[in-house]
Amino acid sequence: MDLNAEERYSRQILLSEIGKEGQKKLADAKVLIVGVGGLGSPIALYLAGAGVGTIGVVDDDVVSVTNLHRQVLYDEHQIGQSKAICACERLQNMNSSITVCAYQERLSAENARRLISEYDIVVDGTDNFAVRYIISDTCKLLGKTYVYGAICGLEGQVAVLNKGKATYRTLFPNETETMAMPHPGKQVVGVTPAVVGSVEASQVLQLICGYGNPLIDKLWTIDLNTLQSFVIDL
Amino acid sequence: MEITVNNNKVITKAKNLEELALELNLPKKGVAIAVEKKMVPNMEWTTTPIKEGVSIIIIKAVCGG
Repeated sequence: MDLNAEERYSRQILLSEIGKEGQKKLADAKVLIVGVGGLGSPIALYLAGAGVGTIGVVDDDVVSVTNLHRQVLYDEHQIGQSKAICACERLQNMNSSITVCAYQERLSAENARRLISEYDIVVDGTDNFAVRYIISDTCKLLGKTYVYGAICGLEGQVAVLNKGKATYRTLFPNETETMAMPHPGKQVVGVTPAVVGSVEASQVLQLICGYGNPLIDKLWTIDLNTLQSFVIDL
Repeated sequence: MEITVNNNKVITKAKNLEELALELNLPKKGVAIAVEKKMVPNMEWTTTPIKEGVSIIIIKAVCGG
């Protein structure tokens, strides 16, 4: 279906923060989403909807029934299928005017440089400390921006790293100690990654279009039990 | 003295962040502390004094996605 871009994006072009100029920047932007699970689902959907011109999705996992309460990219018929492929199809069905690339692999020290070098911004949808250290170190090496996000239960946090001076190692300096921490468990309600992933997507839009005050060298935290929220200088 | 920890009033005898972490029984790993909304690295906890009325924020390390 050939849809007129100005009509498709008209509601966000009306915003002075975006406008036609911002829409052009979005079309030219290349964003890599590492992990298309709970966080990655809203990140991918909102960035594709907004018209980010090139989106890469990295995930080696397959859809499982325990994913469906929060990973809103997927449906029951896709259980057992590749998340990267399913996500790619969903995003292309939503917006055929953008390019979506699926990488059915786990981001590692071996492939990080190859995957990240093609993109401007890396967005965090991963679920462990180890991959976050690899993303941050590779982004620093290649001069890319890393939009960090993480959740646990009803809590979450977001930061823009590798754009100013702060990296993931500013947040968690001692990698050995961080990696030795016991796994916090898999308990989570779907709205936690919905809120936190949406804030990550919002940060990406701000960085691409250049509006507002993105969380460069700052950490935002949210507790959905109380809605207590902080912004801290890193 | 009275301080605030995550917006809650707390009475403490701690003289520095290290003592406060012990007093609050914070885990030894996976916790960051901000003083007046500025993150203080773990290695500076013993040299960061606690002053009356200071605002402390405790942040847990999270890794889910």
